[in-house]
Amino acid sequence: MNEIVSTRTNPMIDPAIHIWGWEIPVYLFLGGLVAGMMMISGYFLFRGRQKEMATSCLTLPLLSVVLLSLGMFALFLDLAHRWYFWRMYMTFQPASPMSWGSWILLLVYPALLANALIRPPAWLTARIPALVTLSERIGTRSATVKFIGIANMLLGAMLGVYTGVLLSAFGARPLWNSSILGLLFLTSGLSSAAAFVHLVARDEFEQKLLAKADNAFLTAEIVIIGMFLIGLLSSTAVHIEAAQLLLSGPFAPVFWVFVIGLGIVIPLIVQSLAVNHKVAHTPVAPILVVLGGLILRFVIVQAGQVSHWTRLFPSH
Amino acid sequence: MNALSRRKFLKITGFTAGAAAAGTAALRATGVLQPPAPERGTRTVPTSCDICFWKCGAIAHVRDGELWKIEGNPLDPLSEGRLCPRGTGGIGAHFDPDRLRSPLMRKHLRGEEEWVEVTWDEAFDFIAKKMTAIKEQHGPEAVALFSHGIGGNFLKHMIKAYGSPNITAPSFAQCRGPRDVGFRLTFGEDVSSPERTDIRNARCLVLIGSHLGENMHNTQVQEFADAVGNGATVIVADPRFSIAASKAKYYLPVKPGTDIALLLAWMHVIVTEGLYDKEYVAAHGFGFEQFAASLAPFTPAWAYPETGIEPSVIEATAREMAAHKPSTLVHPGRHATWYGDDAQRSRAIALLNALLGSWGRKGGFYTPVSMDVPGYPYPEYPKSERGKVDNPGHKYPFAHETITTGIREATLTGQPYPVKGWWVYATNLIHALPNEAETIKAIQNLDLMVVVDVIPSEIAGWADVVLPESVYLERHDDLNVEWFREPFIALRQPVVPSPHEQKPNWWIAKSMAERLGLGAYFPWKDIEEYFQHRLTAAGLSYERLKKDGIIRGVKQPVYFAEGVTPTFPTPSGKIEFMSPQLQQAGFDPVPVYHRPPPAPPGSYRLLFGRSPVHSFSRTQSNRILSDMMPENEVWVNTDIARRHGLTHGQYVRLKNQDGVVSNRVRVKVTERIRPECVYIVHGFGHTARGLHHAAGKGASDAQLITRYATDPLMGGTAMNMNFVTFEPAEA
Amino acid sequence: MARYAMAIDTVRCVGCMDCVAACKTENGVPEGYDRDWITYESTGQFPTLHMEIRSERCNHCDDPPCVGCCPCGASHIHERGGVVLVHHDKCSGCKACIAACPYDARFIHPDGYADKCTFCIHRVEAGKDPACVAVCPTHCMHFGDLEDPHSEVSRILASRNSHALVPAAGTKPQIFYLR
Repeated sequence: MNEIVSTRTNPMIDPAIHIWGWEIPVYLFLGGLVAGMMMISGYFLFRGRQKEMATSCLTLPLLSVVLLSLGMFALFLDLAHRWYFWRMYMTFQPASPMSWGSWILLLVYPALLANALIRPPAWLTARIPALVTLSERIGTRSATVKFIGIANMLLGAMLGVYTGVLLSAFGARPLWNSSILGLLFLTSGLSSAAAFVHLVARDEFEQKLLAKADNAFLTAEIVIIGMFLIGLLSSTAVHIEAAQLLLSGPFAPVFWVFVIGLGIVIPLIVQSLAVNHKVAHTPVAPILVVLGGLILRFVIVQAGQVSHWTRLFPSH
Repeated sequence: MNALSRRKFLKITGFTAGAAAAGTAALRATGVLQPPAPERGTRTVPTSCDICFWKCGAIAHVRDGELWKIEGNPLDPLSEGRLCPRGTGGIGAHFDPDRLRSPLMRKHLRGEEEWVEVTWDEAFDFIAKKMTAIKEQHGPEAVALFSHGIGGNFLKHMIKAYGSPNITAPSFAQCRGPRDVGFRLTFGEDVSSPERTDIRNARCLVLIGSHLGENMHNTQVQEFADAVGNGATVIVADPRFSIAASKAKYYLPVKPGTDIALLLAWMHVIVTEGLYDKEYVAAHGFGFEQFAASLAPFTPAWAYPETGIEPSVIEATAREMAAHKPSTLVHPGRHATWYGDDAQRSRAIALLNALLGSWGRKGGFYTPVSMDVPGYPYPEYPKSERGKVDNPGHKYPFAHETITTGIREATLTGQPYPVKGWWVYATNLIHALPNEAETIKAIQNLDLMVVVDVIPSEIAGWADVVLPESVYLERHDDLNVEWFREPFIALRQPVVPSPHEQKPNWWIAKSMAERLGLGAYFPWKDIEEYFQHRLTAAGLSYERLKKDGIIRGVKQPVYFAEGVTPTFPTPSGKIEFMSPQLQQAGFDPVPVYHRPPPAPPGSYRLLFGRSPVHSFSRTQSNRILSDMMPENEVWVNTDIARRHGLTHGQYVRLKNQDGVVSNRVRVKVTERIRPECVYIVHGFGHTARGLHHAAGKGASDAQLITRYATDPLMGGTAMNMNFVTFEPAEA
Repeated sequence: MARYAMAIDTVRCVGCMDCVAACKTENGVPEGYDRDWITYESTGQFPTLHMEIRSERCNHCDDPPCVGCCPCGASHIHERGGVVLVHHDKCSGCKACIAACPYDARFIHPDGYADKCTFCIHRVEAGKDPACVAVCPTHCMHFGDLEDPHSEVSRILASRNSHALVPAAGTKPQIFYLR
């Protein structure tokens, strides 16, 4: 038996780091959700289907601006030296995912605004009539729309992957130390975004299409989570221990019940039955998916902070 | 959490800045300080540490007028320029927001800790009136002084001038007394303090319960590291796998209270195998044959069931000790009041050293030397006709110092004569003496109880008058004329002013003496005049001492081999393997083992010890030191913890055999202790209301030590006699 | 160029925390925070135990993940000796560097910025040892330049067995524990 006793008792550090509370999971979730929304709406723009996909192309872009801003506000709240946040924009650090992220976020906003400009909502054009001319000028040029679609898909993908890479770059935290995390958060973001459209779209076609898409995303997510865990389990002792935090450790109940069960498997079954007309569409499934996506970020962020290279036995 | 910590931090820093400003203002008002010229830059002042009694030479750094840090003084032979963590964290004593600020007098009953702030004049007038009345009614011997450390010298002088011989410190009967008696009976001399142990040069070092490294006596720990670094064989016998044990080639997990059996078996092997230093024993020994014959029954096989140490290990370690003789040091320990037969155990340790020929030899015990600095020529003290009160009829025939608990007993019973006044200086008797109920009961019999301290300790809470002393960084103390491996003198001098009304002890003693009409005993104007006088008499320069903090003398021989003449001031003039003195007094002339009473079923023997970052119960409110160790833990063996369902870090309360329940204390679940005992670091579990920061943190061993055995040779109080069980505690 | 490193003798170290106390006073580390600390690692079952005692702090890694991950350029490698430092006025307190450190050597200072051991660069540049090294009563700590083969650290590391902490984390730590 090993007894490793440390006299260190730093706040937020010991006995295991707990530097990130609710703000970072919420930020990562909203970032992932917006990423998914950008990809969905970008895809339909690219395919020139913005008219039939009203929710995806009308609601999502403006909503994304709001959600992303909320996410960034959460990130801002998390900063310990808040009024120095501008320092991130005084430099570009190529080795820092967070630096990439902060610059990607700067590019995401114009892309989202351009997207929103293609079909600006009536309440906005009523106030700023000039937008109508601007919107017509953009919206009637299919090449511009396509370009905006591509930009949204690309930046959305970068944003989604970034939310995962942010964590996976931390080799010091074995649970996060998997490049699959980027793909997982991107897929989870897509599935949450699809579920969101499924939930709010009034058009039955759009609703069903996104439900189908969500089923694909959820299936992919299960596979990716499996790969993520297999990757950890076939690595070193500390990585195996990290995986066990989720599989059988203190985070297992939340992981199995809320992330896997209620967040993926049950909505997947319900939505599969729904798209095959076995049961009626219900808002419960997409709500569960969205909540599952949020809880996934919480579980990964919290368990990752517990996972460690050395296990301490604190002295007091 | 972050915001809370920050507030706490700001509060503390804000407070100390404010406190310093207020203190400066007060001193300015009294004309001590010149009006402001804001100090810029860094200056250093050499002084000596007082976080423990070792008194290491230190250099304090003041940056922009504020105390910044303390480093060791490279001139100092004790520390060689490196302080221990307590010394390094010593600035926390100056900044402690809980320290005493002005003289206090109690409002109502003793122990209620309800105070009125008074002036020094009011306090002195009150004390003088009481002391005069006590002297008239009961004689001057009815006032006793409990004093710890060099800071008490002038108070001792004041009490002696008043006419009382009853001056004592827990360092004898609660600590090193049995050791000194055991060694005196054997070699005729004490181990003294700092101990004359030549750890640095030892080739084999044997520690019996001594936890060097946790017990942070600086010189000893430095030399211990040297010995370990030089590849000396370390043998540790301890029920706990201590820091020292982790450095040992042989760790002997001895059952608590069976050390004498182990010592007898070791000596049996060394004598029967003829491994002892025959020449040395023949030249210097007395009564060896009788002693050797007495060892016959104590074979390693006999010792095995007693100690739990396998015979082969006893044999191997005995041979290892003999192989390195005379550079084998069986460390005499320091806190030796364990089981009631402690002076005899210490004698057994002395005898084992005698067999190995280590006394007076390199790597064993050197002969300490000192500088000749004459004392101040004071008038003679009044002679006490009644003698000391602590040891009536020489009940404890070998007590050569005053027994604290003897004075307490006399205060309780009024026999052999009443004690009506206590002065207590820098010793927290509630934590230092066993059975606090007896102490509190004795205090109820007093007409006067004065406590001089830097913090509002538990004992201060029982005082009639509390006098706030400047901390060591703000005051002069008496000259330290040290006995060590080379001669030197050291100065303690102020680095920064006291922040409030605190005063140095010399000023308190002198002012008090003047009130009592004893001004003739303090003829000097201030302590610097006193220093000048003594140093001039010794042919030394006070200016140099002020500048350097230390004056070293000429190196002198410290080993027999260097020319020290072996002298053993025992009655026989030799090392007494068999002690006629003990025989005449009706005690075993050679050490005998008595099996300790077993623990009551289901309970665990309470052992206690030290932390390297705290001194006694006096440093828990020092914010730097408490930051490193805010509370103690109770060490519980893994199997025992499992049996009781205890988990690491949870809080429990300890309940002793008399139903006394401790404050809550965290459990340390560990493999590093025998299952039949538990261990806590001494000095925690404060209850004094004024110790805002330290109160309620951890458990107090002293509170649980309601039972003690008294050493029949010298009156020491053995404290490892208590047993505890676990009680639930709120988280 | 220089490459500063420490060699800490676990044989001599008694875990007294003097290094911790010295750091607190030298650097004004706020109450409740540690830039250095002691780890006691014991193995085995009573009474057959082995224990290693280590004075630990930032390892001033050769490949410091805390520097790469910093989005502000606050975490940086000092021009001299490879010492890893933080510009307090560039730090946004994002805590990425804390997450990146396998030794958990960093913390957020009550003033909001990331803080940690500086190898007492202010002392080193004045020709002194770091405070923790200078104060150690057991003389168990050695500081110096690994690129200088005659430095005390180089010589002691050449002559004794040593190990670094969590080498598998791949950060190339520069504090070596002698055994």
